[in-house]
Amino acid sequence: MRRTVPAFVAAGAIGALALTGCGQAGQGSTTTEDGRTQVTMWTHSAGNPAELEVYERIISDFNASQDQYEVVEESFPQGAYNDAIVAAAASGDLPCLLDLDGPIMPNWAWAEYIQPLGISTDITDSLLPTAVGVWNDEIYSAGYWDAALSIFARESVLTENGIRIPTIDDPWTAEEFTAALQTLKDAGYETPIDIGAEDTGEWWPYAYSPFLQSFGGDLIDRDTMLSADGALNGPEAVAWGEWFQGLFADGLASNSGTIGNQEFVDDEVALSYTGVWNALASVEAIGDDLVILPPPDLGTGPKIGGGSWQWAISSTCEEVEGARAYLEFSFQDEYITEFADKQIVIPATEGAAEASEYFGTDGVLRPFVELSQEYAVLRPETPAYAVISTTFETAAKDIMNGADVQQTLDRAVQEIDANIESNDGYGF
Amino acid sequence: MTVTPPTVAAETPQRATRRFRTTKGRETWAGLAMMAPAGILLVLFLIIPVILAFTLSFTNARLISPNPPRFVGLDNFVRAFTADGVFVQSVWNTFLFALVVVPVQAGLGLLLAVLVNRRMRGVTAFRVIFFIPVVTSIVVVSILWRFLYQPNGLINSMIDTITFGAWSGMDWLNNPQTALGAIIVLSIWQAVGFHMIIWLAGLQTIPEELYEAAKMDGAGPWRQFVSVTWPGLRPTMVFVLVTITIAALGLFVQIDVMTQGGPVNSTSTIVYYAVRKGYEQQEIGYAAAISLIFFVAVLIIALIQRRLTREKD
Repeated sequence: MRRTVPAFVAAGAIGALALTGCGQAGQGSTTTEDGRTQVTMWTHSAGNPAELEVYERIISDFNASQDQYEVVEESFPQGAYNDAIVAAAASGDLPCLLDLDGPIMPNWAWAEYIQPLGISTDITDSLLPTAVGVWNDEIYSAGYWDAALSIFARESVLTENGIRIPTIDDPWTAEEFTAALQTLKDAGYETPIDIGAEDTGEWWPYAYSPFLQSFGGDLIDRDTMLSADGALNGPEAVAWGEWFQGLFADGLASNSGTIGNQEFVDDEVALSYTGVWNALASVEAIGDDLVILPPPDLGTGPKIGGGSWQWAISSTCEEVEGARAYLEFSFQDEYITEFADKQIVIPATEGAAEASEYFGTDGVLRPFVELSQEYAVLRPETPAYAVISTTFETAAKDIMNGADVQQTLDRAVQEIDANIESNDGYGF
Repeated sequence: MTVTPPTVAAETPQRATRRFRTTKGRETWAGLAMMAPAGILLVLFLIIPVILAFTLSFTNARLISPNPPRFVGLDNFVRAFTADGVFVQSVWNTFLFALVVVPVQAGLGLLLAVLVNRRMRGVTAFRVIFFIPVVTSIVVVSILWRFLYQPNGLINSMIDTITFGAWSGMDWLNNPQTALGAIIVLSIWQAVGFHMIIWLAGLQTIPEELYEAAKMDGAGPWRQFVSVTWPGLRPTMVFVLVTITIAALGLFVQIDVMTQGGPVNSTSTIVYYAVRKGYEQQEIGYAAAISLIFFVAVLIIALIQRRLTREKD
């Protein structure tokens, strides 16, 4: 029995080596037949043909434009993408170019997955501030677009019920908003607003932490980034929690239904708190009657989440020059407009917005550009965000389900602070 | 595992002995080679992870971090039991779930098995019907039941109709009082068919003569069950109990798809919490400690069960 152990270990080692060998296959600087250096690139856009089509066009234009580099793209489904990156990083097998969701950037920068972007500042200066990822005073990522949330309504429904139509300069106050919901409930809408509470994951902090910020609270103390105490459990945060709980307790919002905007399109709800990506379908279904409204001012002005998918260069990239050349090439207004109009997302440059069919000065979705410029708040730029995000989701769901607000928020603060402490402050 | 590699001959070998040894050696190597595929997989996916989990649970390792892991002694275990209310709640939920599911699922499985173990028309159809949920992916089943449990879902409409509108049900999965119960019901329904099949196999090993003899002695159906069927099912019973217990303690998919541990942690389980800590919040060290606690708990329960159900001669 004892003697078999070395054989076991040998067999295991051979197996492990074989697997590592396979893992190395995708790596780095290969040269093509005509002597060009390959630059590998991963995207999360498999399953999104509109987005992929634009990438393919950029890549083929870039590859045709010069004879030094060739960009080779591989796309993953969004659900598996982050896991693929983490696994690739663990085995030292990251591609040169990779895209990432805005709030995760500090975590990956801190973990040294990615390096400072180093592309021309002329480009990054021209982008929407929320489309540029900064950590430790360095730009690590940049994106072609941003997303924004707003409240959709039918103009006719609001007018019939005598509800004032808010504007970006003069949004609903908290009282006005609650009164409007109550009026709509009395008018026969069982739950007058659909805020998408049936969804899970990153949607929760993305959609509902702006309400918290509008009340004057926040997910973490942004001055130090070391504690959530006071920000997430102070009086403003408790006021938010009670307001949020009230939405469900008073039957103003529902926590079930279908993800997306279908209830609003079917006129089962009067208002819908939803994203730009759902906008075009609603415009097509409802036409001129659709109004795109800012979220309510709950104390310190309306807020919406900012930061969407962006591009970064991995720290192990051997062809940094090629990767930068590609990125600089790709940030042309022409491409950004195409992303915006095909995917229905807010173009990151003014020039691209002007050329866009939907987001130009007369475009139907123009309000989103202004919402994003006026009200966007980035999620806290700290490596602790992964923990903050899931903790906030749990706490907000508990509050939705009737848990004691102060207690729930205190517990969330404790969990976040313990995590930050056990990571020696994440470099802050 | 009883295979031994060739021992190195220290003494001067005689010709005959050496030939014998080489043959034996060749057999040993052939045996090892045949074992290799399974062996490699076991080492890679079972033994190495267990060793890793054991080591990691005494460190503060993270999934993603530029800092090297640090040895923290028993900190993770102390934290789990003294400072982490959610973990304690998860342990409680897990055992509550097992406590209900094990007897109910085993009992219902046996009842169904006895019912479909008859020679009558359409019995195959019943067997198939009871077995369908087992072959359906648990993810699909969970998604479907999530729709059923909605405030305006099928279950509430049914309650509404049956009670003539007197009671219109509730939001099953978003109420801390009912969420775990709702998941228990779904879990029992999903896996009961599997255990029915196991019981059925056990039933069919009991010789028909025993029943004939019992009938001649004037035993009624209940008496037959108690004195013939139940003793004959003993080995099956042990198997069913152990598999249900282990499956129940490992409750994960239903939680992940339906409630994510909510509302107010009322459905968080040990495995779900370990995945949440280790993967979503990237605290691999702490999650490894939770997994180790889970491993030890399951081991203890399995040993106790084995002791309780052993053959007493």
